[in-house]
Amino acid sequence: MTTETDIPRQPALAWGIIFHVSLAGMRRRMMRSLVTVSCVVLALAFLSYMLVLADITQALVELNDNLLNVLLQNRGVDIFAASQMGPMTILLISLALLTCTVGIVNSMLMSVTERVREIGTLKCLGARDAFVVQTYLVESSLQGFCGAVLGVVLGCIVAMAVSAWTYPGFLLRCFPARAVAVSIMISLVCGFCIAVVASIWPAWAAARKRPVEALRVEE
Amino acid sequence: MDQVNGERDIVIRAVNVKRHYGQGESMTRALDGVTLNVYRREYLSIMGPSGSGKSTLFNMIGGIDKPTEGMVFIDEIDVARLDAFELAWMRCNKIGYIFQSYNILPTLTALENITLPMRFAGLAPDEAREKGAEILRAVGLGDRIFHRPYELSGGQQQRVAVARAMANDPVIILADEPTANLDVDTGEEIIELLRELKATRGLTVISATHDMKMLDVSDRILWIRDGKVQRVESRKNLDIQVGGVARGHQRKDLAIP
Repeated sequence: MTTETDIPRQPALAWGIIFHVSLAGMRRRMMRSLVTVSCVVLALAFLSYMLVLADITQALVELNDNLLNVLLQNRGVDIFAASQMGPMTILLISLALLTCTVGIVNSMLMSVTERVREIGTLKCLGARDAFVVQTYLVESSLQGFCGAVLGVVLGCIVAMAVSAWTYPGFLLRCFPARAVAVSIMISLVCGFCIAVVASIWPAWAAARKRPVEALRVEE
Repeated sequence: MDQVNGERDIVIRAVNVKRHYGQGESMTRALDGVTLNVYRREYLSIMGPSGSGKSTLFNMIGGIDKPTEGMVFIDEIDVARLDAFELAWMRCNKIGYIFQSYNILPTLTALENITLPMRFAGLAPDEAREKGAEILRAVGLGDRIFHRPYELSGGQQQRVAVARAMANDPVIILADEPTANLDVDTGEEIIELLRELKATRGLTVISATHDMKMLDVSDRILWIRDGKVQRVESRKNLDIQVGGVARGHQRKDLAIP
């Protein structure tokens, strides 16, 4: 009788095929992907807007121009504060990110339910759990990445436009390029992480589906 | 129970297989002690009314589900002792599945559907493409290689499914009501294709079916009822019993005498 040791371990799959399957899935469910992406875009636009605005305000405060200080105080900016990120701002940002995470989890779980038969079929064809998890993670990281980039670009542009409009002429004198760059990086990483973290549970749920599901007859 | 002599090579051996769902009072015995041998290169049909345990038995011998009690050996490998990796390997290399609703992955082309299990088995992309195209030609879809499922008819999709089941040169083809969603002529074509592949490639075909035409090509028919094997008939006996049924006449449900 053949012993179990005779069974070779399945070789690790090339990422190419995982990407291919993920992309094909996203193309097929374009609307669902767009919902997820727009979720990330909005949350990240908000995050980067707040961060960049705080950077710019801080730079303006540090300029210590009399006319500008009056302008800033008229806008309700505390020019003596150490940081322009108050607790309320942080709370708002957290809420936005949380909403975005929940949105992604929801949409991914829905797509798992939709694809039960597909996942079952994949397993009947010999896919390992890892393959299913990887396709989901790749799918959501791609969505997270696209959403994060779009969101950050949008947030930055709006933040700069708003401050250029409110404090005309001052922005060019003290644009905090370094701080803004850091904020952009933070936002990008945040968006990407959120998308990946949010898809862990759905991906796990997908991998747990049994191959029997492929035989279920419905339509 | 088996009328065929024991000299032949056994490819699936089920020993006193039981499968229970639920617990305590509400427990249902989907399979209640089934013992069965499937021989290499035979065409076995599993018949039975719905709720008879037909699909449960089918899942057991296909390595899709594990028995509560008893043992299933597929090609002399004890399914119950395999871990998730090894089960995936077995499904990939030993068994080809054909489903009632085709289950072609909608996002991939016909060729990609066939190369996917090859890639799971570790074949290089180019090799897989060549082999996949060859199998597609063998099932008569040489001109549909890059078509997507929605561009294919039901019969063509089922052909892709048959080709996909053949991808890794399996030992066993498991077909779950492969003709149930097809019209009579297309169903006949699929049956003929299965018969041909079985003959030319030395496959073992196991199918759960209601289709009388599938019985025509079966070597043995296993009747299951209430989770037990009611009887096993070889083709010869069956010809005498249902020989009067005209070809092309499809009976939806075959009453068990």
